[in-house]
Amino acid sequence: MTTTAMFRVDAKSGLQYHKDAEWLMKAHAVAGVVCLLVGGVLALLVSLTRWPAVHLLSADWFYLTLTAHGLDMLVFWIIFFEIAVLYFCGSTLLRSRLATPRIAWLGFALMLIGAITTNIAIFQGESSVMMTSYAPMGARPPFYLGLILFAVGALLGCFVFLGTLVVAKAEKTYEGSIPLVTFGALTACIIAIFTIASGAIILIPTFLWSAGYIHYIDPLMYRTIWWAFGHSSQQINVAAHVAIWYAIAAIVFGAKPMSEKVSRSAFLLYILFLQLASAHHLLSDPGLSSEWKVFNTSYFMYFAVLASMVHGLTVPGSIEAAQRGKGFTKGLYEWLRKAPWGNPVFSGMFISLIGFGFLGGISGVMMGTEQLNMIIHNTIYVPGHFHATVVIGTTLAFMSITYFLIPSLFKREVAFPGLAKWQPYVFGLGMYMFVLVMMGAGTLGVPRRHWDIGFAGTALPYEFPGAAYLMMALVGVSAVLAVVGGGMYILVTVWSVFLGKKIDAGNYSPARTQLKMAPVAAAIEGHGGGAGSFAAPGTFTLALVFLTAFVLYYFINWKYLSQVWGLS
Amino acid sequence: MSAIQPPSKRIWWKEPLDRVELAWIAIALVWALILFFMMPYWHVFGKQNLSNEAYRISAENFQKKTQEMVEKFTVRTETDQNIPVVHPPAGSDIYMLGRLWAWYPILELEKDKSYRLHLSAMDYQHGFSLQPTNINLQVLPGYEMVVTVTPNKEGSYSVVCNEYCGIGHHTMIGRLYVK
Repeated sequence: MTTTAMFRVDAKSGLQYHKDAEWLMKAHAVAGVVCLLVGGVLALLVSLTRWPAVHLLSADWFYLTLTAHGLDMLVFWIIFFEIAVLYFCGSTLLRSRLATPRIAWLGFALMLIGAITTNIAIFQGESSVMMTSYAPMGARPPFYLGLILFAVGALLGCFVFLGTLVVAKAEKTYEGSIPLVTFGALTACIIAIFTIASGAIILIPTFLWSAGYIHYIDPLMYRTIWWAFGHSSQQINVAAHVAIWYAIAAIVFGAKPMSEKVSRSAFLLYILFLQLASAHHLLSDPGLSSEWKVFNTSYFMYFAVLASMVHGLTVPGSIEAAQRGKGFTKGLYEWLRKAPWGNPVFSGMFISLIGFGFLGGISGVMMGTEQLNMIIHNTIYVPGHFHATVVIGTTLAFMSITYFLIPSLFKREVAFPGLAKWQPYVFGLGMYMFVLVMMGAGTLGVPRRHWDIGFAGTALPYEFPGAAYLMMALVGVSAVLAVVGGGMYILVTVWSVFLGKKIDAGNYSPARTQLKMAPVAAAIEGHGGGAGSFAAPGTFTLALVFLTAFVLYYFINWKYLSQVWGLS
Repeated sequence: MSAIQPPSKRIWWKEPLDRVELAWIAIALVWALILFFMMPYWHVFGKQNLSNEAYRISAENFQKKTQEMVEKFTVRTETDQNIPVVHPPAGSDIYMLGRLWAWYPILELEKDKSYRLHLSAMDYQHGFSLQPTNINLQVLPGYEMVVTVTPNKEGSYSVVCNEYCGIGHHTMIGRLYVK
């Protein structure tokens, strides 16, 4: 088998692509971007409806659109792209052939069929049950069937990735340990397998229930297991986009991890504790004890938060160390000022990192604190939080790496470089604003998934404060800005990939080059390391700013909570 | 050497740590433990905690208990739909049920008095969102949640449903008075 595998080396990056893996990555990335396009159009429709003065769609179309938006973005776009990332980290980074390309194609086909099936089910109506499809509210059977097929396909992709690790090890394509980025991808893969298993455990019975073979699904059981799927799937994203941050730091700056030990241990903490986070969604549910809630929602003593805080330091820290190594040593921040802010691979990644930490991370801990959850649960603060994590964090990180993959994987020049340069800023600014005003509106009690906060025509209407209406209008405005930014990304990628100028990619040959460890001398000269050094003082000060914001906001929320009715 | 290549030393786990990382890990660990201990701390010293009291209950039984309270303590009705306004004695068990698409009945409570509030849903999942104080609880069919509430401010409150429950979800709104 090995002899038939064909490879090419990308001259600029030195990466080696296996031909079968290359086509699979392309297919997954393109399918993902199509889902992003559909989801983006739906995003515009949803947010223009929640903008009170515009109120675009009718109620039934709003709920339908919101259901489709959630699944197309949160599940289909992100997981298609993640499978491409797994193949990249397995095959390309390890300079190995991809294991069992035919099974990988089968997985892709299942994912595609699943995504289409679920979308058709939603757009036929009668399945506007939101992404969470909480029993006893039921969708039509194809809705669940599509999700199950998609999940099985993704599971095959995970196994192909694991198989590739085995192949690479057996064929000795690399020396020593797998690269940190591949380690991060492996973390994502392990969490994905747990996630998909949970999804199967809940979606298969729910499918049978909707088809009439099972008569009852307990709503609390549904919520508990569904969130082991629903929240954990977002933890795949965290692991994947943190891996991409490291990859971009390495690609753009040649940055070396400050410490392999620390970064890998942080990923290990994700595997051990992230999946406990499904408890976040059940904090104001009846029937679960406080002990259970406190233990699980803290990811066991917040060890997974600790891991994210570590990555939040070590990614920019490794960039700082690399920049200082190149002579940008003036003051605390010259390394950052002189970073390539015009290169969307870097700018997107950095905007993603800052937004994920400051907006997504901090708000996530608020919602995930047992008592604080009561002043946030199911308000629009919740989508505010997760748009910071999965849109600013994951989607923007995926967008950034795309600008690297277009020349390297797709062998095309990036079209409209001026547009590409500004894209992360437009999208990032739009999303930062969007997320902030959503959280603001949530603090004022505005519900999520709600067609009319004016309660027109109801017997006992409630009037939200004027500030809530202002915030919801700004949600609409900033969503339009973010959709423009997303549109720029899609225009650049689609144009580049299908109509862009071809780059001579060299020839394919069966010869495989081995990935060597860097010579020890270079490692000693390398930055970081050494117990006495203080390699990233600028990053450390930024981290302290982050901590200050975190601490202040955390206790402000306790103050808010202490003012509401007594509850016991 | 970089993060997309294997570590430069085979025994990478014995490399010493940079002080920046070490300091940050120590700070973050302390913060993580504070985050954790705030929750048990609030259970002991805070005044806003959910009870762990909950029961399985059928929709019929919960409706029956609610109706008994309504028949005993209704003081007036409101709107064209004659929604009963119930003024139960302080300290008693009070009931509010969520159904497509209303909260029933309207409760009238006294400030600084405690009540055992029972919540359940008749059909789908609903979200009890008390505005403008902004307290949000999940309400599940088949489960009865009991939480002791002590209103601390007079006024007219609304109960918005903030768990999506179908096409009429945005019309599901109830009321609660504190005198």
